[in-house]
Amino acid sequence: MFQGIRFVPDDTKIPFMRYSRFGFFLSAFLCVSALLVFLIDGLNYGIDFKGGTLIEVRTHGGITIGDLRGRISGLELGEAELQEFGAPDNILIRLETQPGGDAAQTAAVSKATQALGKDVEIRRVELVGPKVSAELTQEGTIAVVLAIIMVLIYIWFRFEWQFGLGAVASLLHDVIITIGVLSILRIEFNLNIIAAILTIIGYSLNDTVVIYDRIREYLRKFKKMRYVDLIDGALNSTLARTVITGTSTLIALLALYVFGGEVIRGFTFTMIFGILIGTYSSVFVAAPVLIILGSVRETKAEAQKARP
Amino acid sequence: MLNFSRWKTLSILFAVLLGIIFSLPNVVSREVWSRLPLVSQLQPLVLGLDLQGGSHVLLEVDRTDLQNQLSRQFIGDIRQALREQRIAYSGLGRTANGVSVRISNPADVDRAMDALRPLSQPVSIGLFGEAASNEFNVRRDGNVIVFELTKAGLESKIGRAIQQSLEIIGKRVNALGTTEPTIQRQGVDRILIQVPGLQDPDRLKALLGQTAKLQFRLVCDSQPQAEGERPPLECEEVPDQDNAQQVMWVQTSSRATVDGEDLTDAQPTFDSRSNEPVVSFRFNQKGALRFGKLTQENVGRPFAIVLDNKVVSAPVINEPILGGTGQISGRFTTQEANDLAIVLRSGALPAKLTVVEERTVGPSLGSDSIRAGVFATIIGTIGVVLFMIIGYGFFGLIADLALFANLAMLVGLLSLLGATLTLPGIAGLLLTLGMAVDSNVLVFERIREEWRSGRSPVSAIETGFRAALATIVDANVTTFVAVAVLFGMGSGPVRGFAVTLGLGVITTVFTAFTLTRLIIAWWLWSYRPKEVPL
Repeated sequence: MFQGIRFVPDDTKIPFMRYSRFGFFLSAFLCVSALLVFLIDGLNYGIDFKGGTLIEVRTHGGITIGDLRGRISGLELGEAELQEFGAPDNILIRLETQPGGDAAQTAAVSKATQALGKDVEIRRVELVGPKVSAELTQEGTIAVVLAIIMVLIYIWFRFEWQFGLGAVASLLHDVIITIGVLSILRIEFNLNIIAAILTIIGYSLNDTVVIYDRIREYLRKFKKMRYVDLIDGALNSTLARTVITGTSTLIALLALYVFGGEVIRGFTFTMIFGILIGTYSSVFVAAPVLIILGSVRETKAEAQKARP
Repeated sequence: MLNFSRWKTLSILFAVLLGIIFSLPNVVSREVWSRLPLVSQLQPLVLGLDLQGGSHVLLEVDRTDLQNQLSRQFIGDIRQALREQRIAYSGLGRTANGVSVRISNPADVDRAMDALRPLSQPVSIGLFGEAASNEFNVRRDGNVIVFELTKAGLESKIGRAIQQSLEIIGKRVNALGTTEPTIQRQGVDRILIQVPGLQDPDRLKALLGQTAKLQFRLVCDSQPQAEGERPPLECEEVPDQDNAQQVMWVQTSSRATVDGEDLTDAQPTFDSRSNEPVVSFRFNQKGALRFGKLTQENVGRPFAIVLDNKVVSAPVINEPILGGTGQISGRFTTQEANDLAIVLRSGALPAKLTVVEERTVGPSLGSDSIRAGVFATIIGTIGVVLFMIIGYGFFGLIADLALFANLAMLVGLLSLLGATLTLPGIAGLLLTLGMAVDSNVLVFERIREEWRSGRSPVSAIETGFRAALATIVDANVTTFVAVAVLFGMGSGPVRGFAVTLGLGVITTVFTAFTLTRLIIAWWLWSYRPKEVPL
């Protein structure tokens, strides 16, 4: 029988709540900056939400981006954006939504693919008409909002309302900062990213619930302990789990990021970032919020104290 | 928590075994698998279009086109009804949202209303087919009778158009000869077509984009001499197929027209004299009669072959065509002739369909994605497995065993359900793997805590499992909620991701609470350890 290595030493006692005021400042700063960046720069919306056409091609025999730009530019298809995608011979071409409704989009695609010529291999074509992109935007927004509301309701049922608010605060924190990072890095915001954000919501919540579970247990067990010490205790006793689960998930995601191909790189990057921020927020947002809101026990205790 | 009855042990092992069996077709080569007894029917995961390559095309019925057609048809009906009743009228024409007609003699308006009202038929909607409203609202405005198309009327027309289109599109797509295309209705006015392994999406779109309304119409005696001239009575301007600037006047009267609806067959062939590709067609009896009469009465005059309101060609009738067969020439390439034959055989679409979304992945990108996905999964799995051994030693091995059982059951379940594996689905699989260890980690950490607080190994393990259960359920339900939302909103690849992740949550909780527990119980009862190696 052999034992493993302890990643978190036994009897670790990190006074998380003492650090949490810095955490709070940091979180508030990050959230505000993220919101500002988002409001000023916006997101790099992909065709799922903006509409338009995306063509991924592979060139053979030394055809350059410049050559392709030349072939496309004479077609009067509006602004065409060409960029290298993963490898020098793999090129992504984006066409904006063409005026003239849905039929015009299809016409533009066949015009472009014909102009690219036979010596260019078309690897992917994605076309999203203006109507569908508007619907996808709406659905995506609804999905994220709905997920947050359902989670709030679930936690409210399973715990006290303070916990529900704390969980939602940390979720909003994660989502806002992730969106800020997507905006700064100009990562294409598409349907896959929405999926990534919903997964982050799921993961961050998972993390938060594990910690809340322990806080609730300690609330029952240690009736005399100071609330701050109690939360610190709960965070420390779940710390090993937080670290190990987070690391294992990150290992899986890193493999996907490095080897999974260019198509889902944005998606995996978003998730890796989300796992990190979600883990941070469970400790430094979800838990301290409980102190700010005041525990059920303390309100009850005060009520008892008031009674002679 | 640590006592398992015999049937419970057996059923846990049986579930894992089933998972392994159902997942095996994905690992074993198809030739070997299909020769095995009993299990040869089990199928591997279906690869999504993003992995095997193919086209996903979402079509929408063009409402304006459909409305135009309805109005045109309705105008014809009104004309006929008023003629039968011998009611004089003027100004029969379209309005923004329907049709209106002015009755010449005010005394006739009531009679006209009575004659016209039955034309607007009730529309059945709702579950029980109750007639909730009519196709048209009929309203009288002085001498003018106004018909407005109702929302229910339009929707029922759209529904019917979609139904007919599904069948026609099915014929056209099948003619491409690809394997297992799916064609299904989506929402009110859309059709989703998914064709795996298609090499030429442009051809697919060309086949779907044609309404294929074919007409044989006599050409008018006078033709436009200058641009912008108005055609004479009972004549209409139709542009040429190759050059939209060039127009031709053709007759509108129904006596001078034969519709392509009466075609029974169309085949691509070569013209015996010029050797250029043409499409030969055959009429049914009714069509043959009409076509015979039309050609007989108009020998020596040109007639126009009009496809989707464009002149394909306008040959001169050399002799009456009585056999009900003929051919269409129009400077086609072989593939154009082939495709025209396909769309003519399948029949005309009731309305124009526009592509509102298309996602095509070429076969090379698809296989690149599979290779990358599989490789990443292998590396990720090895990483997680090693990490667990490093972190928990012997218990980590147990967790890894549970992880493999989990993976097998997840893949088996997905294969059994006929789920489609997409690239985000592979990501979901790997993410599940990373997160699956969480249940085991929770249990192990808890056991360790209990052990350190001075309990005996049995008691520590017993309490550890019990205390971790509530946490695991709570934590996984929340993930499941997020996944359910994802499934509800998602389409295609995103949904594939949600399915994988959601089922992964289920198999994870199952393995943590059955298999891990079973293995640890075995270890406990057979070795009677004095210490918990955590």
